[in-house]
Amino acid sequence: MVSGRGSPVAYLVAFALVGICLAPTVYIILGGFRTNSQIIRSPAGLPEPWEVGNYTGVLAGEVFWQQLINSVLAAVGTTVGVVVLGLMTSFVIARYPFKAKHLMYSLFAAGLMFPVTVAITPLYIMVRDLGLTDTLAGVILPQIAFAMPTTVIILVPFLRAIPKELEEAALIDGASRLGFFVRMVIPLSLPGVITVGILAFVASWNSYLLPLFLLSDNALYTLPLGVQAFASQYSIDTARVLAFVSLSMIPALIFFSLFERRIISGLTGAVKG
Amino acid sequence: METAAHVNRDVPDSVRTGAGAAEAPAPGRGRARSRRVRWRRWAEIALLAGPGVVVFVTFVIVPVFLAGYYGFFEWTGYGIPTEFVGLRNYELILTDDAFLEALSHNGFILVMSLVLQGPLAIGIALLLNRRMRGRSLIRVLIFVPYVLSEVIVAIGFSLMLHPTGAVNDMLDRLGLSGVAADWLADPDIAIWSLMMILVWKYIGFAVILMLAGLQGIPDELREAAAIDGASYWQTQWHITLPLLGPTIRIWAFLSIIGSLQVFDLVFVIWGQYVADTAGTSTMATYMVANGRTSGEYGYGSAVAVVIFLISLVIALVYQRFVLRRDTEGALTEGVA
Repeated sequence: MVSGRGSPVAYLVAFALVGICLAPTVYIILGGFRTNSQIIRSPAGLPEPWEVGNYTGVLAGEVFWQQLINSVLAAVGTTVGVVVLGLMTSFVIARYPFKAKHLMYSLFAAGLMFPVTVAITPLYIMVRDLGLTDTLAGVILPQIAFAMPTTVIILVPFLRAIPKELEEAALIDGASRLGFFVRMVIPLSLPGVITVGILAFVASWNSYLLPLFLLSDNALYTLPLGVQAFASQYSIDTARVLAFVSLSMIPALIFFSLFERRIISGLTGAVKG
Repeated sequence: METAAHVNRDVPDSVRTGAGAAEAPAPGRGRARSRRVRWRRWAEIALLAGPGVVVFVTFVIVPVFLAGYYGFFEWTGYGIPTEFVGLRNYELILTDDAFLEALSHNGFILVMSLVLQGPLAIGIALLLNRRMRGRSLIRVLIFVPYVLSEVIVAIGFSLMLHPTGAVNDMLDRLGLSGVAADWLADPDIAIWSLMMILVWKYIGFAVILMLAGLQGIPDELREAAAIDGASYWQTQWHITLPLLGPTIRIWAFLSIIGSLQVFDLVFVIWGQYVADTAGTSTMATYMVANGRTSGEYGYGSAVAVVIFLISLVIALVYQRFVLRRDTEGALTEGVA
């Protein structure tokens, strides 16, 4: 047998590994349950006694909720945009016979070479000139654009895999190609769409550089910007900062635990092409 | 759309050669098709693909070309750039010690990511690929750091690594107070701290990739080797690793590109000015500090172009010499 039940060493290593991966997260969450004097006295200690004031304080304020809503709006807007535009574009590339489609595919694939970092300076100018700075739309539109390459690359093979016969049958039954798109393609490509949507959502949720450049109005801050602003504003109040950080972590963790399989298979699938 | 037309003429020519090779002639549908049908088809194409192409071209392709254009000007970002300075910005960038230092940090991150993360990820993946209890839970848990935003990670670590933070306190309790250090401010240590945080954040992704690759290797091969008397490690070394090659090479590619773009962590932990003195600045933090923050949008754009060109050259060289046998140029290939 090559692989047995697993030796104690393997379990030990795995245990240590998980510990290392989770320790900072646990530190942040537990730290939120301590007081500042506890943290100063013993930085690596446990809550003694447990103090919920930091969490309730953050939850009672408006700032956290405002930023949570902004993050949700930006992420949902991005996800919907990516899914709708990505699906329509991929459908054309996958199923319409015309010459320029190879060009179109290459254009999107080339987009993989342009990370936000490279485009951010002129992008800021452009969004400003369009009058979209300090609007969530100004963040959402570029995020959609930068998610398009991966989306097209994941969805095109998916849409090509739908059998030609199905399309012909639909056409014979009197459906137009658009009708076929709405009634057959969308339901059949659902798994790919979900993967693409989740990747776009997570990317938007964690996005920092783009909102940093495009949002200067505190009222529009998304959580990553908000967390940083909160941390520098309350830099003396470590416990409160930790509570704020762990609360902002929760939505991402819930989302991940719900879609863990899809996220992992989506990421590995996207990479392997 | 003026922008779209402009780009359609300019951009894809470089890619067209690549696409042409794989292109199959569009299936001839017969000449019987009436003009109306054809017109309708083009209308559908425009309707369906139009919005996606416009958004993509407007917010990705055009800014990238604008960066190239602005890079030739001294410009504060207002009005139309008029002060053409030719290659002056590029000259300044490439002779600025601060930029070269940032570049060397990116280089350090690039090499150390490969050296540290690669073997570690492969080892962990081999371990997790064996049958053991709770394997799927372990897989999920080591992926958690990857899902957290870099800002959260940055704030968590900057508190823990503070001189009076949890890490030093822990070392103290373990009787290792001699090891305690100023992890973030000491220029000799800071970049290693950054490296550790990067490994911590991205190792889960590498492991997941390797595991996916391992799953593609048939068990029979390893069993055959075992029957022939190979030990477990011999089997891994001679059978598994070579077969894992394509996955390793793709991961390395992603890691290299990522290493050249490092920004969020450094920017949040050290800020744009401290990063210089702590020795953790990167090309991207240099770009923001010397572009946007100082209001020099021409200069900032030129830095972006330099980052892009460096990434592009490395990516192309890597594709040409390393990835070639796996993907045959997946990035430039048309719809196969």
